[in-house]
Amino acid sequence: MSYAVETKDLTRTFKKGKKKNNTNSKTSNLIMALDNVNVTINSGELFGVLGPNGAGKTTLIKILATLLLPTSGSALVDDIDVVKYPEKVRKKINMVSGGEHSGYGILTVKENLWMFSQLYGISNKIAKQRIDELLKLLGMEDYAKLKISKLSTGMRQKMNIIRGFVCDPQILFLDEPTLGLDVQISREVRRYIKTWVRENDEKTVLLTTHYMAEADELCDRVAIIDNGKVLACDSPANLKKSLKQDAVYHIEVNLMLDNLESFDQIPGVKKFAYEHKTQTGRTFLMFILENDCYISGITEVISNNSSQILSLSKAEPSLEDVFVSLCGKALEDENRTQN
Amino acid sequence: MKTELKTNLKAILGRGYVRLVGAHREPSWVITETLLPLLTTAAFVYVYKALKAPEEFTGFVVLGGAMTAYWMNVLWSMAAQFYWEKETGNLEIYMVAPISRMAILFGMAFGGFYMASTRAVFVFLIGSLIFKVNFVLISWEKLILLFLLTQISLYGLGMVFSSLFMLFGREAWHTTNLFQEPVYLLSGFYFPVKSLGLTAGMIASLIPLTLGLDGMRQLAFKGGSEFGLLDVNLEIGGLVLLSIFFLFASHYALKYMEYLGKKEGRLTMRWQ
Repeated sequence: MSYAVETKDLTRTFKKGKKKNNTNSKTSNLIMALDNVNVTINSGELFGVLGPNGAGKTTLIKILATLLLPTSGSALVDDIDVVKYPEKVRKKINMVSGGEHSGYGILTVKENLWMFSQLYGISNKIAKQRIDELLKLLGMEDYAKLKISKLSTGMRQKMNIIRGFVCDPQILFLDEPTLGLDVQISREVRRYIKTWVRENDEKTVLLTTHYMAEADELCDRVAIIDNGKVLACDSPANLKKSLKQDAVYHIEVNLMLDNLESFDQIPGVKKFAYEHKTQTGRTFLMFILENDCYISGITEVISNNSSQILSLSKAEPSLEDVFVSLCGKALEDENRTQN
Repeated sequence: MKTELKTNLKAILGRGYVRLVGAHREPSWVITETLLPLLTTAAFVYVYKALKAPEEFTGFVVLGGAMTAYWMNVLWSMAAQFYWEKETGNLEIYMVAPISRMAILFGMAFGGFYMASTRAVFVFLIGSLIFKVNFVLISWEKLILLFLLTQISLYGLGMVFSSLFMLFGREAWHTTNLFQEPVYLLSGFYFPVKSLGLTAGMIASLIPLTLGLDGMRQLAFKGGSEFGLLDVNLEIGGLVLLSIFFLFASHYALKYMEYLGKKEGRLTMRWQ
């Protein structure tokens, strides 16, 4: 079977540099950026690589984009070996990195995009047409004639994302595309990426991110990577299911209910806990149910107690929980520490 | 094959476009890149006038002053360029694109030549008018040929430097800086290179500007040949060889440095 991307035991090490130890002899250390990575990505798939900084995400994408040689193993893009035939691979791909400052400040947004489109031999007419369409779709038409030295970081990154699509690649590598972007711009970018893949069966996106929500929202499948190793690879839903962790219902009511212990006896309730806040007079109930359908029984009991439900929410295991269970650390905590 | 050629030609034009536009968009260049170099040229002219040097020397200096624009362009906008491109993330984009890397270098050279020419013409015309330079063309065909060969070999040298400096960090900037002044001396920008003696002159001829300037002076001024290092035809032959050598050298240097960069992970410096 042919894949858009396939890696076989892909390994990449970097020299850490030479350090003098106590005996004054020089020893060199190797950093294992990728450790026998085996990943397959189907054509038409939006595939995410999720992991903390330094996990190996960028190294993987750079090997696939022919910017880096693997130490061992192999990588195929559309069945073409990236080491043996990089020229053929480059005809099918493009790459955008987050936090890029690429482009030339002296040129306008449109001129920069045209200039980069020429690297793919696109005719002037098609290039200009695509650039106009993309600028409009991503809400940048008002910036088209502005020099990019005058753009904000977010707008410049948005322009770079447009650059990735201008050549209409078969496979697009996006390395942390929403890094440093504000919520609104990130949302627009994510929406466009999703639409682009959904509307074109043959288009494939490999996206690296350390934002859980981004991977969850966008990706058909996600590979969780840490210390150069792929720890899990599946759809976000299956990854969450694999935790075998139940969904928790949170209900807030306005009174202290009588006979709270009896909630345990309601059919379908696996676990029950509560907390009463005397200051507000409100009670917080937490349930784990055998099945979602049992929630109606609980709301009925609450109503019979002449109490009013103020809020009801269901908390399912998140990709964050999956990551913690696999890596033994929280991704967000690590990012916070590094920042 | 035809498609690849078309793509590479478009890439050359695309990369050159940055400099074609850049040559005019920021008007401050008139002061920094023409009026200031003109001051240096003027200083040498007045030194020669004070020493009552032959009249041709004024023309020699003006021609040298104009050619400075090309050397500065090759040094700062060719040799060190891949370092800046790497810093901004542009190099990564070029390396992922389905084009020959030489197309990027040719684009830089073609745009750079145009950019430097606007500066050189300005210095040449203003200098010639102010100092009333008297030109006597011996052979305009040879003069044009010599000028073009000088540019091809000079930008070829720039392409070699660019390839070699691709993997450099900030040292690219320092190395470039290191070349600037010695070449002013060795290439005889403001004096006939013959004054250095034959051996030093021949060594200096490895820099294309040395032969180019010397030949152009012989062909553009009445007593120019009296101060020439070699016969003009020999200089044309030398420049042909240098052009071929530098173009091939840049191709192989680029290929090797790209391989090394991909092997060592230094092709793109960020987020490794």
